[in-house]
Amino acid sequence: MDNVIIIKPGKGWVFVNVKELWLYRDLLYFLTMRGIKAKYAQSVLGIGWAIIQPVVTMLVFTIIFGRVAKVSSDGIPYALFSFLGVWPWTYFSGTLTESANSLITNASIITKVYFPRLVLPLASVFSRLLDFIIAFVIVIVLLIYYQVMPGFSLVWLPLLIIQLLLTSLGLGMTLSAMAVQYRDVKHALTFMVQILMYAAPVVYSTTAVPAAYRFWFSLNPMVGVIEGFRASFLDKPMPWAWIWPGSMVALLLFVFGALYFRKMERFFADVA
Amino acid sequence: MSDSVIIADNISKRYRLGLEEKGDKTLAGQFMNMVKAPFQNFKRLTSLSKFRADDDSVFWALKDINFELKKGEVLGIIGKNGAGKSTLLKILSRITDPTTGTVKIRGRVASLLEVGTGFHPELTGLENVYMNGTILGMRRKEIDKKFAEIVAFSGVEKFINTPVKFYSSGMKVRLGFAVAAHLDPEILIVDEVLSVGDAEFQKKAMGKMKEVTTGEGRTVLFVSHNMRAVKRLCKRGIVLSNGSVAFDGGIEEAVNFYLPGNDEGETLDTAVVEWDEETAPGQGEVRLIKAFISGNDALPRNTFSTSEAVNIQLFLKIGSTLRNLRVNLQLLDDEENIIFTTTSQNFVQGILVEGIHQAMVQIPPDLLNERNYNIRLSAGIQGVQNYILPFSLFSFKMSFADNASAPLHVSGKWPGVVAPVLEWRFTQVN
Repeated sequence: MDNVIIIKPGKGWVFVNVKELWLYRDLLYFLTMRGIKAKYAQSVLGIGWAIIQPVVTMLVFTIIFGRVAKVSSDGIPYALFSFLGVWPWTYFSGTLTESANSLITNASIITKVYFPRLVLPLASVFSRLLDFIIAFVIVIVLLIYYQVMPGFSLVWLPLLIIQLLLTSLGLGMTLSAMAVQYRDVKHALTFMVQILMYAAPVVYSTTAVPAAYRFWFSLNPMVGVIEGFRASFLDKPMPWAWIWPGSMVALLLFVFGALYFRKMERFFADVA
Repeated sequence: MSDSVIIADNISKRYRLGLEEKGDKTLAGQFMNMVKAPFQNFKRLTSLSKFRADDDSVFWALKDINFELKKGEVLGIIGKNGAGKSTLLKILSRITDPTTGTVKIRGRVASLLEVGTGFHPELTGLENVYMNGTILGMRRKEIDKKFAEIVAFSGVEKFINTPVKFYSSGMKVRLGFAVAAHLDPEILIVDEVLSVGDAEFQKKAMGKMKEVTTGEGRTVLFVSHNMRAVKRLCKRGIVLSNGSVAFDGGIEEAVNFYLPGNDEGETLDTAVVEWDEETAPGQGEVRLIKAFISGNDALPRNTFSTSEAVNIQLFLKIGSTLRNLRVNLQLLDDEENIIFTTTSQNFVQGILVEGIHQAMVQIPPDLLNERNYNIRLSAGIQGVQNYILPFSLFSFKMSFADNASAPLHVSGKWPGVVAPVLEWRFTQVN
């Protein structure tokens, strides 16, 4: 007979059950849609917030860091320069916060029904993608306004987006699994995200980083993502030296996150 | 291979009891505790998922459970609160792992431990049907196919495009149940979901459950406190007691085994209950501090002859002057049917002042039948506040006395939940 399930005490490390996840793809779809709809329900501007938030952040940065503090943007108009940092960063920080809390906010479902728990942080990662895509409009507007034409480097953008997703999901899985047991994660995350922004070249350029620290700096996967985004839209050569160390870290984060999540998964219903 | 679809082999489940917080009497001590708190919290939280052999703060919710379930069997699981029913269902539905032992399940499982899981208030009824359906393991295409049927069953057609937050709780329950009722698994696991909604809906839900359980070759596990529902739906019953299987057999026998009175006097033994300040039922201004049940001899006991009156005495501690307090008693039979409800409202004239008050109510003789009954108590001011939510206070047993005082009942069991001695009059009219 097909479909035999064996339930036994879970032990050790197991990797993601992709086949099972695939069976639950409809659930992932509806959770993603729920995330999108619930977020903008009963608001006047609705999805318009996906534009307002990064644009206002960009304007503030342009005034404070671009005009007042005169932070170097390598000769690129500061608004464009900072938006190409703010754009992936907004996605990263939003996804991280949401996915880290995804298990706690859905504790009532976890304790009542079985499904691959991984769909919860995954749904956060996907539902935020809509905002990310909408904010892309601003990039186009800025490119037209400053009359910048992207070149060949643009072909690398999908790879950079994958790195962005892997980083967000890897950290999201780790933190969400941790947050079930240690609610400290929830409190720490809000301000950690703020501080972490300064560890990535959102408001400044990588040229400002002293050569001796460059390698360590580039281990932050978001460094490569942001620098890569800038290069691909501004028709510059890909700064691979900034990208590859972060890519490795992103991959590691993802694999570790998945393993850790799966290991902790079996306690979720007991401690949530 | 046998045709068993579920084989539970020696499953046990261990939980950790919450650790007690330790206070310190001195200021310095309290300060030290504050400093040490993060370390202790870390240890405590980490221990939630780690167990050592020498741990004494663990609790076995289930211990060595074994059973097999054949294809098409409908099993009722009964037991008191805390007997391990829900834990067992959670293991069988893969929500939590057993600590030891294995379960083998063949076939597609759907578990229904709650109605409307995953409903989001901001989403419309329609969206929530899909949300809830996919959470329960349905595919989108399946829901598409059954959608019209689901909506028709729920009776909320008109509001299907309205956000669920504007629904009444009854509507939410109906919609949730409608989705669940259209699951089409080979194995269905159901926890106490028939106890929601109004009487009419419960009837409809019960009918649907009956239909679902008699479906072709469907295996069902059903947990409920409603003995009537269990008897109607199930053929086999397992009684859980303190985490172990206490009985496994036919449903009639299982229910008889479980019900107070046949339960080796476990519940029957209490004819006097006294509480201390903290644990007394009730909240705020009203606390039940003592209650006993007795015959006319004023001796607390749980067995009575049908020809004697049953007295229930309550001692209530009232914290401040209260107006229109109502104490209600319900008499239930051993299948949880309510036989009657009696209220003190016509007898408490207006005001009760602070202090301890005694209340007494008498069930008249020659009314009850030879069987087991339960008494449930509640108290509150109507429309203002509930002080004591309904809870089971006593159970007692009535038997026909073999003395002359009950000449009408000779012997044997009479049908009916009550057996009042009524006056018959014969007059020759022609």
